[in-house]
Amino acid sequence: MSDLTKLSLKATRDGIKNKDFSALEVTDSYLSAIEAANPKLNAYVSIEAEQARTMAKQSDEKLAKGQGGALEGVPLGIKDLFATIGTHTQAGSHILDGFKPEYESSITANLWADGAVMLGKLNMDEFAMGSSNETSYYGAVVNPWRADDSNKDLVPGGSSGGSAAAVSAWLCAGATATDTGGSIRQPAAFTGTVGIKPTYGRCSRWGVVAFASSLDQAGPITRTVEDSALMLNSMAGFDKKDSTSVDLAVPDFAAAVERGVKGLTIGVPKEYRMEGMPQEIETLWQQGLAWLKDEGAIIKGISLPHTKYALPAYYIVAPAEASSNLARYDGVKYGLRVNGDSIDEMYENTRAKGFGAEVQRRVLIGTYVLSAGYYDAYYVKAQKVRTLIKRDFEQVFADGIDAILTPATPSAAFGIADQEMAADPVKMYLNDIFTVTVNMAGLPAIAVPAGKDAQGLPLALQLIGKPFDEETLFAAGRVIERSAGLDFTPKKWW
Amino acid sequence: MSVDANIVKRIGHLARIKLEQENLDGLAGELNTILGFVEQLDEVDVSGVEPMTSVIPASLRVRKDEITDGGYADKIVSNAPLSEDNFFMVPKVVE
Repeated sequence: MSDLTKLSLKATRDGIKNKDFSALEVTDSYLSAIEAANPKLNAYVSIEAEQARTMAKQSDEKLAKGQGGALEGVPLGIKDLFATIGTHTQAGSHILDGFKPEYESSITANLWADGAVMLGKLNMDEFAMGSSNETSYYGAVVNPWRADDSNKDLVPGGSSGGSAAAVSAWLCAGATATDTGGSIRQPAAFTGTVGIKPTYGRCSRWGVVAFASSLDQAGPITRTVEDSALMLNSMAGFDKKDSTSVDLAVPDFAAAVERGVKGLTIGVPKEYRMEGMPQEIETLWQQGLAWLKDEGAIIKGISLPHTKYALPAYYIVAPAEASSNLARYDGVKYGLRVNGDSIDEMYENTRAKGFGAEVQRRVLIGTYVLSAGYYDAYYVKAQKVRTLIKRDFEQVFADGIDAILTPATPSAAFGIADQEMAADPVKMYLNDIFTVTVNMAGLPAIAVPAGKDAQGLPLALQLIGKPFDEETLFAAGRVIERSAGLDFTPKKWW
Repeated sequence: MSVDANIVKRIGHLARIKLEQENLDGLAGELNTILGFVEQLDEVDVSGVEPMTSVIPASLRVRKDEITDGGYADKIVSNAPLSEDNFFMVPKVVE
């Protein structure tokens, strides 16, 4: 039998349903692939082989009786940020040592209800804070991609680096991920995979470890646009346990994939043409516009004047919300505890030992900008700027723009332990320059692999949509994917 | 606005993170880099602009005030580093 891991999510699902192979056979193939690859790539922090086989057998039994859900038997990887009953859930952090939740996140519950199988939990930047997956307590994830004629290890991006690496290296049929400033789209771009951040409120945040609650949104990382639509269909939906979950029917995303872009107006924001942007990114962007035009889209220049302020505003809002959310890790309720002579000393010792350097840095910044005397100057100001960023988008959508095309990242994947990024936190933050505006405005956006740089590394384009119009993103993303027509399978070295 | 070692120490205490004396200057430098970066916002005229409170036009839902969940204290404390009789245990806080 051919390698069952080398199939799209859709082909996997259809093959299991048609009894070309069993769910158990697919799961076993993935478990073998993970066992062989994980020592090199470090994509999984926990492999749940026994549970995966049990779930796969149940899928086979259901299908034998003519039952089965939309993802019956499809093996998925789950980012370590999602609470999964009785299994490893530590958000890539030392402070959640040994935490095994007594409850299941709404999104994973939706996936299991549709028949999906959990292979294990995926590595990530600690508490989703990072753009390289190097802040994980469990060590860096290695990108399955390497530059041509190079043995140098590259980062898979972050924070959903384990999700992106696992999908790219055929270690799961699809993966859950989360995006607070670009954490789905940037790793997808670095690994030649498809990642969508849905509209804020589309997917329930219940049971997803919180980073910055007004920005966090979960979505899938997959190998194709169609797979992305199928997986989001199962993840999304109203949940009364999340007060910001939106009570809207979930459209059939998969039905929109082949809809095309004829007659759509695609906006090209001039503010995304950054100084010092590599020529190959600019060329790719122009190529993407040409593809959309060839299929009948109208291309129109637009202006989003507050774009450059999105990242600085983000570095107030996100750390502020994080410092508040992360107050719960106190050595009392779960995870790590480091004793002290008083309760305050115990808190301080626990949090000093349990949080890594980047998390501490952000909690400190957040605490500072929320502290007495600074709240108005920083936090309130940033939230006002956020209103202006959102208004920019509302204006162009009101003027008839259906979606916006931009680059996804300012470069291809960079090396692990990059000296410049390590020396200057802001340099690392600039990775999210094209993605973060979308979180600030709560909009949906998809990253689709569209080309390769001079060293053969994947590059992606980003499409930004109107609130709750993920369908247009799937349709336009599919045009980019089909027009590029490239194979985004990394050359196996692991 | 910039921070020095003393301010970092105070923030560390507010955040309940023990910071080592020898790291304070380094941290102050890193925090100042970030604060310097966000200072760009001073260029933006925000007069008359409302701060964002919700990114989507939704009002919070209300429901009947009734108990819909609970009754499993043992599960709540099951991940605690230290518990007794379904209570969380902490260092002594009253003399």
